[in-house]
Amino acid sequence: MGEDSASDGRGSGRDIKLVVPGEALGPAGDRIVGHGVGRRGDLLIATRLGHLCEQGSEVSVVPVKTAYMPRPGDLVVGYIEGMRANIWFIDIGAPFNAILPMSLAPGKVDYGATRDAMDVGTTILCRVQEVDESHSSVVTMKGMGLRKLNSGFVDQVPPHLNAQIIGSKGSMIQMLKEASDCRIIVGQNGRLWIEGEPEGVRLVRDALKMIRETGHAPGLAGRVQSLLDS
Amino acid sequence: MHRALRGEFRVFLTVENTECVMKMGGYGDVQMIDEDGKRVDGRGPGDLRPIEIEVGVVPVADGSASIRWGANYAIATVYGPMEAHPRKISRQERAVLDVRYNMAPFSTTDRMRPGFNRRSREISKVTSDALESVVQLELYPRSKIRVEIEVLCAEAGTRCVGLTAASVALADAGIPMTDMVVSVASGKINGVVVCDLNKEEDNYGEADLPMGVLPNTGDLVFLQMDGDLSPEEFQQAWDYNVNAAQAVHEIMVAALADRYGGGE
Repeated sequence: MGEDSASDGRGSGRDIKLVVPGEALGPAGDRIVGHGVGRRGDLLIATRLGHLCEQGSEVSVVPVKTAYMPRPGDLVVGYIEGMRANIWFIDIGAPFNAILPMSLAPGKVDYGATRDAMDVGTTILCRVQEVDESHSSVVTMKGMGLRKLNSGFVDQVPPHLNAQIIGSKGSMIQMLKEASDCRIIVGQNGRLWIEGEPEGVRLVRDALKMIRETGHAPGLAGRVQSLLDS
Repeated sequence: MHRALRGEFRVFLTVENTECVMKMGGYGDVQMIDEDGKRVDGRGPGDLRPIEIEVGVVPVADGSASIRWGANYAIATVYGPMEAHPRKISRQERAVLDVRYNMAPFSTTDRMRPGFNRRSREISKVTSDALESVVQLELYPRSKIRVEIEVLCAEAGTRCVGLTAASVALADAGIPMTDMVVSVASGKINGVVVCDLNKEEDNYGEADLPMGVLPNTGDLVFLQMDGDLSPEEFQQAWDYNVNAAQAVHEIMVAALADRYGGGE
């Protein structure tokens, strides 16, 4: 989503309105309740801290921070937190750990040999396969590119800033890769895997710090470009 | 003021070129408000102590806020939603709020023994109950939201300070809520109902009424009381708390706007 465009309903920096939980957003009427908005009697109220977004008759709030809620198909960077004889428990930054069954692990793993295959603390690139109604998820490492990450660094940004990191048609992430000469994989859970020379990694992490702190304000692409140029 | 003091003597305090004479005749005879309604710190009966709130003071937390309220200084942090550990505390249909209120050993003139005590446990529970009224816990079943409140300097009303800071920290963490809880304590000193007791008024006063209210609806989510108040005095203290909560709410909103910008 372009940070300066009105396509996401937030408008320009001049008229972005920050709303706090409980703040009245006007009468409900025929308006559609979107994300981050609730009803109190005949009034619409904000239920999250964020920026008001009105697109047509839908009223929603773009939150300043979000927890990662896994969805099937999400590519995520996870950490192994524990294991049993035939499953691993993966921290994917969601309210619950995900489960990686032995049958969905890379290669052939014998029953009871999970620790030998991938020990606690291992970083992995995996994909969410299914999510149940209580948001518990199963992940898989059967797929192209899914593997253990034995090198590089992992940095974290709030998941709702993923769109800013990727940019319009991948422009921001391409800009980061070219300026730093690093390999970068963006996980949907807000974790990024970065691999390259130390100077390049440092540059990417400085850019991510700027995105974390100012990603909610317009003009992000320009600010990041200035940082990379300097 | 040492409780062991006896006898009568006069103490002059100069606050911004005004003088308030405090006449002490023992523990039960402390005069803390004069005939003109001026308190020992220069405030009127309905005035709040100075308040400053800063958001995002603990970068590693999902949400955080610091609050200076008079000489009180507290920091609240929020982590989560996360997996509920130990498993026995998790609930199938909603998240649980794990609130921990603690006073640092150096926060009071008499050293606080480190670690959890009965008072900390009580305040943790009432804070959790108040916040559960507004947090949309049903959106995160079987998970936990951890709230830590650390009081670094105490000067009366620390539970109110902690609860207010926790509300701001929860908003900063992006936790969905139907409103923000604001907490203020009024009380009675020398037969006069006043708002926002300071340390001396809390120690030597006749009643203390901390409340937690929702500023957008006026709903009550937390109420405790020490001492004696007549029905009329109770109503007056209630009104002071509700009105003061509106003023404190404006400061909370301004602190969040200062951090995230985006005014109209």
